[in-house]
Amino acid sequence: MTEIPTSRASAFHVLTGLFALPAGARIGAGPTIAALVLVAIVLSALLAPLYVPYDPLAMNAMARLRPPSEEFLLGTDPYGRDIFSRVMTGGRVSLLIGIGAAAVSVAVGLMIGLVAGFFRTADGVIMRIMDSLMAIPAILLAIALVALNGPSLGSVIVAITVPEVPRVVRLVRSVVLSAREEPYVEAAIALGSSMPKILIQHLMPNTLAPLIVQGTYICASAILIEAILSFLGAGVSTEIPTWGNIMAEGRSYFQIKPGLIFWPGLLLSLCILCINLLGDTARDLLDPRMKKREG
Amino acid sequence: MEFRSRDLSDRPQVLKIRNLKVGLSGRPDAAPVLDGIDIDIRAGETHCLVGESGSGKSVTSLAVMGLLPKDALEVTGGIIDLEGFEITAASHAQMRDLRARRIAMIFQEPMTALNPVLRVGEQIEEVLNMHTDLSAAEAKARTLDIMEQVHLPDVQRIYQAFPHQLSGGQRQRIMIAMALVLDPDLLIADEPTTALDVTTQLQILKLIEEMQERHGTAVLFITHDMGVVAEIADTVSVMQKGRIVERAPIRELLTAPREDYTRKLLTAVPNLAPRPARAMPADTPVLDVARLEMTYGGGGWFRPSEGVRAARDVTFAIRPGRTLGIVGESGSGKSTVARCIMRLIDPTGGEVRVAGTEISRLSRSRLRPHRKHLQIVFQDPYRSLNPRWTVARSLCEGPINFGTPRAEAMARAAELMELVDLPRDALDRYPHQFSGGQRQRIAIARAVAMKPDLLVADEAVSALDVSVQAQVLDLLDDVQARFGIAMLFITHDLRVAAQICDEVVVMQKGEVVEQGAAADVLSRPRHEYTRSLIEAAPGRHWDFANFRALEGAPRHQGATA
Repeated sequence: MTEIPTSRASAFHVLTGLFALPAGARIGAGPTIAALVLVAIVLSALLAPLYVPYDPLAMNAMARLRPPSEEFLLGTDPYGRDIFSRVMTGGRVSLLIGIGAAAVSVAVGLMIGLVAGFFRTADGVIMRIMDSLMAIPAILLAIALVALNGPSLGSVIVAITVPEVPRVVRLVRSVVLSAREEPYVEAAIALGSSMPKILIQHLMPNTLAPLIVQGTYICASAILIEAILSFLGAGVSTEIPTWGNIMAEGRSYFQIKPGLIFWPGLLLSLCILCINLLGDTARDLLDPRMKKREG
Repeated sequence: MEFRSRDLSDRPQVLKIRNLKVGLSGRPDAAPVLDGIDIDIRAGETHCLVGESGSGKSVTSLAVMGLLPKDALEVTGGIIDLEGFEITAASHAQMRDLRARRIAMIFQEPMTALNPVLRVGEQIEEVLNMHTDLSAAEAKARTLDIMEQVHLPDVQRIYQAFPHQLSGGQRQRIMIAMALVLDPDLLIADEPTTALDVTTQLQILKLIEEMQERHGTAVLFITHDMGVVAEIADTVSVMQKGRIVERAPIRELLTAPREDYTRKLLTAVPNLAPRPARAMPADTPVLDVARLEMTYGGGGWFRPSEGVRAARDVTFAIRPGRTLGIVGESGSGKSTVARCIMRLIDPTGGEVRVAGTEISRLSRSRLRPHRKHLQIVFQDPYRSLNPRWTVARSLCEGPINFGTPRAEAMARAAELMELVDLPRDALDRYPHQFSGGQRQRIAIARAVAMKPDLLVADEAVSALDVSVQAQVLDLLDDVQARFGIAMLFITHDLRVAAQICDEVVVMQKGEVVEQGAAADVLSRPRHEYTRSLIEAAPGRHWDFANFRALEGAPRHQGATA
C-alpha cells in the first residue's frame, strides 16, 4: 500500500516541470537558432549605448546622406545622423514597447479574465465590453488612443495594450471556465476557502502556460504595431529613435538611401520571426492537445 | 447460481495466443508489459479476461486487433493465431481486411467510438461498403436487419438518428450491430458495460449472449467486474501485472480458486447481503433534509420554460455515526442532492439543516463558517486534488481557512496521513506520485482534517479497483467509527451500498421511490424500480468472498468483509 516513488519534488521541480520537455519531445534546430538570434538582438539593443560610435540624435550638417564607410558603418541619414547608432539604439525602445505591452496586457487580461470566468454575474457584462473592444480594428483604436493621450512612450504602450486585452481575457476566461468545474476547486469551496484564494491559488496557475504562449505573440505584434504607429506618425515622438520612426523618416529618401528602411526593417522582421517561432514551440510543448498523434 | 457450463471441446479453435510478449518500443531492457500470455478461445465460447487496472487486459486486446500504439508498444515475441492466420506478422493491408470481417471490437464508451456528425445507420453501412461489394439497397437492407437483431426499436427512425440522440444503451447496441454486421469469428468486448447503468448492462450482456448463440462467435470479454464474469463467462483468465496468474472454467474459479491473487480479488468483491445496522443513537440528526427540490433552467424572458426537475421532495435525516446511502442510476438526481447539501449548487426549494442550522438559503459569506461541519469526497481521485499542490498543502488548506496556525495544521496533517495509512514523509509529494487508491485516501484525510459532522461520499469508490475499493470502504468505516461522523454515501452500486449503509434511499428520475433500513430495502424491496435494480445486479446470487452461493434471498446479517 505504501509503494510510492521516492523522488521528492520541490517547488523548484514544479516550476521547471512546467517548462520541462515531455518525454520524447525534442526541440529542433529552428527554435534553437531563433532563440540565439533573439538573444543576440536583445543584447545588442540593450548594450547599444556602450558601443555605438555616435549619439543617435546628434546631427551633423557636414555629413548628410553619406554612403557606408569606415567612419559611418551604415552611412548617415539626411540630417547627418549615424544610421548604425540610430538603428541599434532604436531597438531598445521597440523591444521595451513589445515586452511592456505584452506584460501589461497579460497582467490586466489575467485579472479581468479570472473574474469573468469565475463569477457568472460579472461574466456577461465584462465579455460584452470585451466584444465591443474587439469589434474595433486594433490599429484604429491604437491611433485614437495615442491621439487622445499624446505621443509619449507610456501612451503608446497603453494604446497597443488596450486592443490586446480582450484576447487575453477570452483565453483566461476559457481556461477558468473549464478549471472551475474540477473537483479540487469544489473541494476548496467545501473547505471554506475564500473566493480570492481560490482564484489566485487554484485557478490562476492553470492559465500560466497558455498565457506564456499568448504573451510571446502579443510581444511580436506590439513591436509591429509600434512600427506601424510610428510609420503613420502616431507613435513615439521622433526624438526617441525606434525602428518604426527611423523607417518613417526614411520613407521619402528611400530611392537614394534604402538602408534607412532596410536595416531597421531587417531587424524588426528577424525579431518578430524569432519571437513567433519560439511562441509556436512553447505552444507545442505546453499544450498537450498539440502533441503529435500517431495513427 | 447457474454458471455457463457448456462443453465446447468439439468446437473449432478460433483464437490461439501462445507466449505473447509485448514490450515498450525501443527499450528492450524495460520490464515487459505483457509477459508470456496464453489464451485459447473456441467458437461460441466466452472467455473473460479479468484483472485490476494496469494488469494488461486492454493491451492484450489491442495486440489481437493489431492496434498497439506505434512508437509506444510492440510485440516482442510469441504468436497470435486467428484460425491459422498469424496476426503478429500481418501487414497493414491484411489487418485492415481482417478487422470487421474476422475480428471486431466494442469499446467501453460508445459515445466516443461513434462519429458524432454521421447518422448511425450510415456508420454501420460504411463497414459494409468498405468490406463488401453489396449494392446500396442490399447494404441498407442488411443494416436494417442487423439493427433489428440487436433489438433496437423503430429501426427506420434510429437509422436516421445521430449518436447524441440515442441513449447509452442504444449507442452500445449500435456498436454491437456494427461489430457483428460482417459476422466475425471473434468479438472483443473491452469493458462494454462499464459506462452503463445496471439495468442497461443486463440487457447488453443478454444481447451479446444472444448474438453469440445466433452467430457462433467467440467472445473475448474484458472486464474488472467479477459479477459480470459470473454471469457470462465460460472460462476465465485472471491477469496481474502482464501475466495470466490463473485460468479456469468459471465454476472452478469461483468455488476453488488456486492462486492467492485470485482469492484476494474475489474476497474483495462486495455482495448484496446488507451489513448489520449500527445502533440507532438517541441524538438529534446531524443532517436533516426536508422537501429538498432542485430545478435546473426554467424561467426565460420570452418563453418561460418548465426547467428540469433534477430532485423533488427529497426528505431524510442522518444521525451521528450512521451511514445513509442514496442509490439510483445515472440521471436519478442522487449527485444533485449531494451537491445541494454541500451548497456547491443552490437548491430551489426545501430545507437542509446541518448541525441545527438551516443552510440552504444562507449567502456565500454567511455560509462559510458552517462549511467545516460538512465535507465531501469526490469520485475521481485524479481530479479531486490540485495537481500543483503538495499533499501537505492540500491537507492544511481547510484548517488554515478556519484559523488554525500553520504549524499546528502541519502536525495534524502528519497525524492524518498515518490515520489513512500513508507514510508521513509522503506529505511533501505531489498527487501524481500516488496511485488512485492512495489519492482517495488523501482526499478522505483532507475531508477529515476539518473534523466534520457529516461526510458526503459522492461515488467515492466507483473509480477504484475492487481490492482498493474494499480498503477504502474499510477506511471510511474506521474513520466513521473513530470520530462518530455521519455519512451520506452516494453510489450506483447496490453491492457497495449493502456493505456500508444502515439506511438506503432509492431515487429514480429525481424522486425518492423507496427509503428505509438497508436490510429491508435490499432484501424486501417494495417498489418495482428497486426490485429491477436488485435483479440487474450482476452476480447477485454468488457470495464471492466465501466462494459459495448466497443462500436463498439475501440474508439480513453477516457477510461483512
